[in-house]
Amino acid sequence: MQRTTMDLWVGLFVVTGIIALMILSLKVGNLNVYNPSHSYVITGNFENIGGLKVRAPVKGAGVVVGRVTDIQFSTQTYDAIVTMSLDSRFTFPKDTFASILTSGLLGEQYIGLAAGGDDVMLKDGDKVMKTNSAMVLEELIGRFLFDKAAKDDSL
Amino acid sequence: MPNRIVSSIQNIGHRVIESVWRLGVASRFFILVLLKSGTSLRRFNLVIRELYFTGVLSLIIIVVSGLFVGMVLGLQGYETLQKYGSESAVGTLVALSLVRELGPVVAALLFASRAGSAITAEIGLMKATEQLAAMGMMAVDPIARVVAPRFWAGVISMPFLAAIFSVMGVFGGYLVTVVFIGVDEGSFWSQMQSAVDFRFDILNGFIKSCFFGVAVTAIAVFEGYDAPPTAEGVSGATTRTVVTSSLVILGLDFILTAFMFRGVS
Repeated sequence: MQRTTMDLWVGLFVVTGIIALMILSLKVGNLNVYNPSHSYVITGNFENIGGLKVRAPVKGAGVVVGRVTDIQFSTQTYDAIVTMSLDSRFTFPKDTFASILTSGLLGEQYIGLAAGGDDVMLKDGDKVMKTNSAMVLEELIGRFLFDKAAKDDSL
Repeated sequence: MPNRIVSSIQNIGHRVIESVWRLGVASRFFILVLLKSGTSLRRFNLVIRELYFTGVLSLIIIVVSGLFVGMVLGLQGYETLQKYGSESAVGTLVALSLVRELGPVVAALLFASRAGSAITAEIGLMKATEQLAAMGMMAVDPIARVVAPRFWAGVISMPFLAAIFSVMGVFGGYLVTVVFIGVDEGSFWSQMQSAVDFRFDILNGFIKSCFFGVAVTAIAVFEGYDAPPTAEGVSGATTRTVVTSSLVILGLDFILTAFMFRGVS
């Protein structure tokens, strides 16, 4: 088969396109940081999830260790069941504390994991028993006013 | 007076029926191109030749406009975000808007006016100068020999062009915000990487550009093949290609976005 310079240009074009796709997935996206094929799933019941969304990060000491994969409402306990997929490189003790936190003043909400002291580690399908709900501004203000009223009464 | 009203209503009806008729012919033509593309995929040299004309020669306009779109996005995003003290989120803004929407859509619009119009004019002129009829006389199927290679070249090159557009846009945004304005480089990339998801953003953008590639080239080859064999007819067909494919891209983009990103943050 005869080769022409046109073939070279087309080959270069295809190579550039593939390189662009790879840059998009590796540099712009986070394909290499978090690989969901090596992960385990844990759940936790939260009284109030605030503005937590599916795909929100799960962080331990500020480092992203997983993502929220599902949020359901339970009609038995009337609270939210949050399913998290964690990287299997990071294991946490059984008595780990999971709380919903906010990054920055107006930032997105994420789940912060604070490790406990148990010897037994969380396995796939386990449930985090200790959870802390998201802060809701109205509740916060309500508690503040209630406190203030109680203090004023005591004076 | 009532005669004029009746004739104008008749005119509207005629136009509606005519456009439905054309849509039917276009669908049948599309199926025919798909059925006859076996030969052109076996003789891949034909497709490579068209890839050169539709893909390689579109690179310049895609690269330059991607760079400038990214630079403008970075500049405008920085202006607004710095009011809230979160100028490091400008990387997220640039990358998400490029990968999800602007990359596929603007690349497809440019592709329609750069390559789609050329395809229509070429096929239309081949028809006007009776080259297609001559091929038919020699028992060479013009759809398999002329139309299908152009169609597949457009379908193949569109996703690559959209990806190149997005990468150049991100680079342009990086250039303006990090190099010229002085946003912190680490937070630019890390915020971008934590916000852009492979499955939801990059893969969906890629799928979008594949859809646009099929739509633009299908419209371009049909308009060319269906053009009245006159100078006026070819010019009208070229205009229709650009107008129709731009509208189809924008409409299709809305539908695809509604399917893909519904329920995602």
